[in-house]
Order: sequence, then C-alpha cells, then structure tokens
Amino acid sequence: MEKALIYTKSLSVGYSGKVLIDGIEISVNSGEILTLIGPNGAGKSTILKTLCRQLQKISGAVYINGKESDYFRNRELAKNMSILMTGRVEPELMTCGDVVKSGRYPYTGQLGILSENDRIIAMEAMNLTSVEELADKSFSCISDGQRQRVMLARAICQEPEILILDEPTSFLDIHHKLELLSILKKLVYEKKIAVIMSMHEIELAQKISDYVVCISSRGIDKCGTPEEIFTSEYISRLYAISPSSYNSDFGSVELECVKGSPDVFVIAGNGSGIRTFRRLQRMNIPFAAGVLHENDIDYAAAKSLASEIISEKPFEPVSGINIDKATKLMDSCCKVICCLESFGTFNAGNKQLLKYAEEKGYLVNKLF
Amino acid sequence: MKTNTKRYLICFGILFVLIAAAFILSLYSGSINVPVREITDIITGKSGSLTSANIILRIRLPRILSAVILGGALSVSGFLLQTFFNNPIAGPFVLGISSGAKLAAAFAMILSLKSGVMLSSAGLLTSAFCGSMASMGLIILVSGRTEKNSTLIISGVMIGYICSAITDFAVTFADDSNIVNLHNWSMGSFSGIDSGDVKTMAAVVFPALAAAFLMSKQIGAYQLGEIYARSSGVNIRLFRILLILLSSFLSAAVTAFAGPVSFVGIAVPHLIKSLFRTSKPHVVIPASFLGGAFFCLLCDWIARTAFAPTELSISTVTAAFGAPVVIRIMLHKKKDR
Repeated sequence: MEKALIYTKSLSVGYSGKVLIDGIEISVNSGEILTLIGPNGAGKSTILKTLCRQLQKISGAVYINGKESDYFRNRELAKNMSILMTGRVEPELMTCGDVVKSGRYPYTGQLGILSENDRIIAMEAMNLTSVEELADKSFSCISDGQRQRVMLARAICQEPEILILDEPTSFLDIHHKLELLSILKKLVYEKKIAVIMSMHEIELAQKISDYVVCISSRGIDKCGTPEEIFTSEYISRLYAISPSSYNSDFGSVELECVKGSPDVFVIAGNGSGIRTFRRLQRMNIPFAAGVLHENDIDYAAAKSLASEIISEKPFEPVSGINIDKATKLMDSCCKVICCLESFGTFNAGNKQLLKYAEEKGYLVNKLF
Repeated sequence: MKTNTKRYLICFGILFVLIAAAFILSLYSGSINVPVREITDIITGKSGSLTSANIILRIRLPRILSAVILGGALSVSGFLLQTFFNNPIAGPFVLGISSGAKLAAAFAMILSLKSGVMLSSAGLLTSAFCGSMASMGLIILVSGRTEKNSTLIISGVMIGYICSAITDFAVTFADDSNIVNLHNWSMGSFSGIDSGDVKTMAAVVFPALAAAFLMSKQIGAYQLGEIYARSSGVNIRLFRILLILLSSFLSAAVTAFAGPVSFVGIAVPHLIKSLFRTSKPHVVIPASFLGGAFFCLLCDWIARTAFAPTELSISTVTAAFGAPVVIRIMLHKKKDR
C-alpha cells in the first residue's frame, strides 16, 4: 500500500465544506488502471477533481510518490499528473497541434517558448493517439471522437506519471469508445502510467480495469478486482436494477423481462432463441423457454428475458420430468414457437416437444 | 509552422506601415495649415516659426503619441478582459469599466476645481483606477452569479449607463468656467494632452503592457479553460488577480487622459485575431497594441479633420467603425453553433 504511486488516506471530499464522501482509501501503482463506477451523482467526479487538486479536499490526504500532494508546487504537480475532464473546451483559433503542445506548459520557460525536444514529445503524443494528421486543423472543426483523442494527446504530452480521466468515453460512439480505451491500454503498458478514471459503461469498465471502486449514494460501497465486482447480484444492487437484467459473463444488459404467466412457449437452444426472446420482449409478450441446458447461451438470455424457464443440467439428456413440465406449460399457452431446426442426443426431448406441439396444433410460424 | 511565422511577420509589417502612414497623415494635417516643408524642418529640429513649432510639438505630436499609447493600451485591455471572462465581446467600455473610471475621475476633477487645487495627472490616474476597480468588482460579482455571457454584458452596459448618468449630473452642476473642458473630456477626446501627460502615460502604460506580455504563457494556457490551466500548473488565483489589475489599470489610464473611448477594446483584438489567424497571446498582445494604436490614430484624425474646425468626440468615430465589428462577432458566433 505504502509503495503505491498514488494513494489516499481517509480522504473526505465534498463541496464548500460539506462532506459528500469520506473514508476514501484508494491506491494505484504505475501501469494500473483504477476505475470508479456507480450511479449518476454519487460523487465520482468529485473524487477525481479532489485528487487533481481542482477541488479543495475536506480532510485526509493524497500521497503521490510518497509525498503529500498539498506540498507539491503547481508546476511540480503538473509534471506528475495530467487530466482529461468532461465538458467541452472551445478555444478560439487554436489548431489541434496548439492544443496538444499546451501540455508542455510545466516544462517551458517564462514566455512558454517550445524547444525542439518539446515539439518531438508533442509529436510522439499525437502519434500515440493517432491524431498527427489533425495537427494543423482547427480544434473547433473536428469530431467529438477526435477531440477526445487530441485532449488525451495533450494530457500525454504533459508526461505525467498519473493520468486522471473523467468519463473519457461518454458521448463517443462504440468505435471511438473502443479506440480510446485501446489507446489507454497501450499507454499504460508502454509508459507505465497509472490511470484513475470514472466510467458509465460497466461492460467496458469490466474489461479494461485492473481495480474497480464502486461509489453509491452512501459513499464508497465496494472495492475489488473486476472479477469480484462484476457479479449480477452486486451490479444490480449498485445501480438498483433488476438482478436478471445484468449478465455478468458478458457484461451485457437486457431490458427488463415481461412478467406474468407465459403466453408463448419457445423451444430453443444453442443460441437459436435469443432473437426470438428479444422480439417477444419488445412486443411485450410474456413467454416461457425450454428445455434449455444451463450451459447454453440461450439459457443466459432466457434468464434475463423469459418469465419462466425449464432448464436441464449441463451435458445431461433432457429428463422425462422436464418434458412433462414443458408439455403442461404448452397446454396452458397454446402457442409454441420452435427455433431449433435440428436436434442431437442431449436435446432429443425437445424434438419430442415439437412433435407434441405439432399434434396439438399449437405451433405458430416461428418468424411471426 | 514556417508559414505561420511568415504570416505573422507580414502582418506585423503591415501594421507598422499603417501606423507610420497614419502618423504622417495626422502630423501633416490639422485645422491650421502648416506647410509640409516647415513641419519637416520642425521635426528634424532645423527651423520654423514659433507658432508652427508650438502647434506641431505641443499640440499635434503629443496628441498623436497619446492616441498611439492609449489606443494600444485600450485594445490590450480588451484582449485581457476577453480572456478573463472567456467572452469575445467583453471590453472595458461594454463592461462599464471605462465609465466607472470616468465617474471617479470626474468627481476628483470637480472636487479639486472646487478647492482650487490643480489635479495632477497621477491623482487623476489614481482616481480613475479606483473607479475602474469598483466597476470591475461589480462585474465580477455579477459574473459569479451567472454563467450567461449575455447577462454579463447587459449588466456591464447598465453599470456603464448608471456611471455616465451620475457623471453627467455632476458635470451639469460643476463650475461654469470648467464645464466645457470637463464636458469634452467626459465625451472622450485626445485633445488637450500635453507632452508631460504623454510622459506620464508612457511611464504607466508600457510597464503594464510588458507585464501583460510576460503573462502570455499563462493566458495561452487559460484559453483552454480554467481546469486545464490549473492542471498544467497555472496559479489560477494569482493569475486572475493580475489579469484584473492589469486590464483595469490599462483602461483607467486611458480614461484618465482621454475619457471613455468605446469599442476599441472589442473590435481591435478581434480584427487582429482574424488577420493573424491565431489567438496565441504572445502574438496577439503586441499586435493588438499596434492595431489599437493605428485604429485610434485613424479615428482621431477623422474626428478632428472630418468636420474641421468642429471636432467630433473620439467615441463617435470609434463606435462607427467598432460597432459593426461587434455585430459581426455575434453573427459569426451564432453560425458556429
């Protein structure tokens, strides 16, 4: 703990003397990414702003390289830490190159004249975020994705050991989100920078973070590795969503399932049912799904979307008990969709179900 | 990079040529006709009649120099205020800072006239500075309460009107014999400035300009916003205090000597930025000074020659040229969004 590049000791943060979150104990080593997650308004930005001294802390301490950050001179802190915050900057008549070079501020003299070395470092930073071709373009004429990359290059240009980012991926499309995060990952790996950031995209936070700190309205709720944090139970509690909506394996979310006694029975398996499940959810039709093996991808989807599931243990043939349960459900629904086109030994029972539905005339066009 | 430097050099060259041209034009024309040859002789110190020498050295030259110094100061002050408020149409006149300085200076003049003491230029400057700081304080209070740029400007204009109203009131009831002088001054004019005043204004304006230039680096960082400036190591509190003091001081100096002069502070920095195609402060500050100097020289020349021997107030002319620029800025801003 004491050896970490940046760590806090019982830090309290808040606005105008009013404590918002207290007892903050976080630490980050070089080459690590720490992500703050949690609902809107919980205080993620407040913590980040306090760490980079944009906001006065209320009590406690932040240590950088073992020294309390209060004792850093402005310029010294700037050489250790740079930031990328939310909120648009609208500089007048500045090229992207100018914006990036402004990161050299703490290294230049009284008049801010750049040396050859400063230019080289700025160029390298632009290469790293692949914005070198934007260097002479006006900063006000580029897209949001490009802006974030230019601002990231600016932050890198400052040659920090610690990088603080407030929701760097918000407002970017998926392509630019992934691009920004891979640049970040590369940066952390190549330059051994410590990153502290906040994120709303839990599915991405799960994949990029080395360590996760969860902030709820009650303060710091839980800290741990992504494996410890991103469980269906915990995430659904943190964000107050229904436990079935969040799939911890993929980090994906589904809209809430339609509750009530099922109107339709879906015979599925091997991923054939997911599209039909989502479609029924959109049409607001409660449905049952079966018989699904618990290691089937359809089972994971049905757990979020179906109002009832009949499931079988992995690698076991569909049992007679489950077939009975399924036929009973079919009788109550009177409508059956079959997504499967072929059957194997383990799900031979489902073939039996299809036959039963055909005989009773329950089968509806699977494309409806 | 190379093309930028070339552009800056060319633009600076143009500004110098323009100033030189306006300088000569102003020197050689006036309500009293002095032959060109005689003027040249006077300037080079060769000969000339006493009357002509007085006109040139005691009236025209100080007036020209004061237009150069004060015009430059005014436009640099405008640039600093635009940076401070992050607002392209901020300036000493629209924000009521000039009017505050005018109010305080007018009261100081009236009081000194009443007690029969001649007010020194330092005293005038001090009172103008107090007035401009008071207006600035009000404006900062307003800017703390609103994020809207338009509210800020409207408040500034209103403060300006209030100050002008009080000044006009005071001037109306001042001693008859001095009304004319005071009235001229309160309308804004470069007339009646002697070479002693020029020395005083040079002594206060040039150090302030040098200080502003030395702050180029901080101003440049501040153009990305307060957050990034702080993160790159700018001491924001100190920076803001210095910026306020410098801009108030510069506009106070102008007001003390020439009364309130409108629109130079907004129009010139804007035109300079468009001409140089940059907002880099270490280019814009000296260029704004030169631009303001040229603009005021030209406007002053128009003010005193257009309807000679009747003189227009300087603001009449600067407004005629400056106001359209402000309208352009506002329309341009809307197009961006």
